[in-house]
Amino acid sequence: MTALVLRNICKSFGKVEVLKHIDLTVEDGEFVVFVGPSGCGKSTLLRVIAGLEDATDGTVEISGKPVNDVPPAKRGIAMVFQSYALYPHLTVHDNMALALKQEKQPKAQIEARVAEASRMLELGDLLERRPAELSGGQRQRVAIGRAIVREPQLFLFDEPLSNLDAALRMNTRIEIAALHRALKASIIYVTHDQTEAMTLADKIVVLRDGVVEQVGSPMDLYNNPANQFVAGFLGAPSMNFLAAEAVGGTSGQTLGIRPEHLRITDTGPLSGSVTHVEWLGGDTNVLVEAGEAGRITVRAFGQYDIEVGAPVALDFDAAQSFHFDADGARIRG
Amino acid sequence: MNKARRNPVNIAAAHGILILYTLIALFPVFVILINSFKTRKAIFRDPLALPDAESFSLIGYQTVLKQGDFFLYFQNSMIVTVASLFFVLLFGAMAAFALAEYRFKGNTLMGLYLALGIMIPIRIGTVAILEMMVSSGLVNTLTALILVYTAQGLPLAVFILSEFMRQVSDDLKNAGRIDGLSEYTIFFRLVLPLVKPAMATVAVFNMIPIWNDLWFPLILAPAEETKTLTLGSQVFIGQFVTDWNAVLSALSMAILPVMILYVIFSRQLIRGITSGAVK
Repeated sequence: MTALVLRNICKSFGKVEVLKHIDLTVEDGEFVVFVGPSGCGKSTLLRVIAGLEDATDGTVEISGKPVNDVPPAKRGIAMVFQSYALYPHLTVHDNMALALKQEKQPKAQIEARVAEASRMLELGDLLERRPAELSGGQRQRVAIGRAIVREPQLFLFDEPLSNLDAALRMNTRIEIAALHRALKASIIYVTHDQTEAMTLADKIVVLRDGVVEQVGSPMDLYNNPANQFVAGFLGAPSMNFLAAEAVGGTSGQTLGIRPEHLRITDTGPLSGSVTHVEWLGGDTNVLVEAGEAGRITVRAFGQYDIEVGAPVALDFDAAQSFHFDADGARIRG
Repeated sequence: MNKARRNPVNIAAAHGILILYTLIALFPVFVILINSFKTRKAIFRDPLALPDAESFSLIGYQTVLKQGDFFLYFQNSMIVTVASLFFVLLFGAMAAFALAEYRFKGNTLMGLYLALGIMIPIRIGTVAILEMMVSSGLVNTLTALILVYTAQGLPLAVFILSEFMRQVSDDLKNAGRIDGLSEYTIFFRLVLPLVKPAMATVAVFNMIPIWNDLWFPLILAPAEETKTLTLGSQVFIGQFVTDWNAVLSALSMAILPVMILYVIFSRQLIRGITSGAVK
C-alpha cells in the first residue's frame, strides 16, 4: 500500500505560485526527504500534506484515501516542527498525551503509549518537567515523542534538526534513522541540509522554485544528477562547474566535476595556483584559481603539505565528469 | 549590568532622574492623602503640612461614609471597570486573533477599520449614544456604561494585541491543530497565555480612564443607584461651598482599588512565560 500519493498539487498565495504541478508517491515504510534551497516550497508542500494549507489544485491521498477535505487531526499524520512547538503550560507527559486525550483513547492505552515512547527516547526522568526546564536536544526528543505516541500512518518532520548544534545534530540524526528502522514508519522529512538528506533518505525529492527537479535514491542523485541544479546541490563541497571550452570541450556547455574526483598532479588539463587550503584531518580541501576555468575546489583524501600560492595542475577522469547545456540540463553520452 | 560597564556617574544620573520623576508624579497623591486626614482649617492654613495632633481629623471620612451610599458607588465603579475590562480583553483578543491568524478578504481593511477608533474620541458621539441608550431603555443602568467603555477600549486593544498575536509561533498553533485541538482551545489555551503581558498592558491602559471617568456616568447613569465613585464624589463639590475634607477623603479611597488592580496586572507585565515554548 502507498503511504502518500500527491497528484498535480498546485499552491499559490495570491499571484505567487509556490508549488507547480507536483506528483509524488511515497511507499509504505519509506523515508522520503524533501530537500532544496530556502523558498523552494518544500515546507509549503509539507503543510499541504499535513492539511495546514489547502492546495489550490490537485489531490492528496494518505493510505489510499483522498484527504483534501479532512482536517489535520484526522489525517493519520503526526508532525515534528523546527521550533519544537511544545505546549509551554504542559509537562512532558501531558505534551505527549494531549493528542491521544483529544482522540478520546482509553486512559490505560494513553499511559502505555507514553511510557513506550519515553522509553524509546529516554525521556523517563523528564516526564514531570515543563518544556522551559529542558535543553534543546531534550525538547526535540519530546517533540518526536509527541509524534510517536499517535502511531500515525505518516510522520512529517519539518527541519527538525536546524535548531540543534552540530554534535547534537549528528546524534539526533542517527536516532531518527534508528527510529525509522524500529517503527518501520513512513516518514517525510524536510531539510535544506544536503548531508541530512543523503544520510537519512531512502528517496530524495529535490525541489526548486516549486518544481520537483529529480526524485531518486541518494546515490542515484549523486552519481546520476538530472541537471546542473541537482548536481550542484548534493555533495559537499559542491560540484565544480567550469566552461567546457577551458578543457577543450564544446563552447556553451558547462562541465561539472566533483571536488573528490579531481587529482593534484604535475601535468593535467587544468592548471593554476593555490589560493586557500582547508585541513580537515581526514581530507584536505584545496582551492585553486585556474585561469579561465575559474575557481576550483579539490578534495584530496589524507593530509597534504600544500602552500598557498604554489602552482598546481589538476587532472580528472572524463567518465566521472558531467556535461550540462546552457539551460543546465544534463547532456548524456 | 556587569561591573566593567558600570559607571557611577551614569548610575547616579539615571537614578536621580527617576527619583525626581517619581516625586513629581506622586506629589499630588501625597497632598491629597495628607490633607484628607486634616481639619478643614488646617487644609487651608497650610496645605503642605503633615497632619499633627492638633490638625488631625477623620471628619472627611466620616462625612463620606455617612452621606450618600459610598459603598454602593464603590461597588458600581468596580462592576463597571471589571466588566468593561473583561469584555475589552475578551473581544479585543478574539478580534486580534482573527486578524493575525486567518487570511481572508479585507483583512487589512478590517484591521484599519477597527483601529480607527483610536483616532476618534468616543465622546464626539455622546448625543447619539444617549439617544441610543434612551430608545433601548438602558439609561441609568450599569450595562450602558459597560457597553460604552467596551466600545471605547476595543480599538486600542485590537491594535496592540494583534501585533503581539502575530509574534506567537505558527508552529505552536499548527501543532495544536494536528493534535486535534479546536480553534477555540488553541486560542484560549495556547495563544492567550503567551500574550498575557500584552493583555496586562491593555488592561492597565483601559482601566484608569474608565475608573476615573465622569462624563459618561454623568450623562448615561446619573441615578442614585447607578452612580460611580467619581460621580458620587461630586456631591461634595458645590457651586458655592465645597466640602474639601469629604472630597479629599473620597479621592483617597478611590485610589486604593486602582492601585490593587494595577499591582495585579503589573506583575503580569513583567512575567515572561514564553520561554521554552519555542527556541
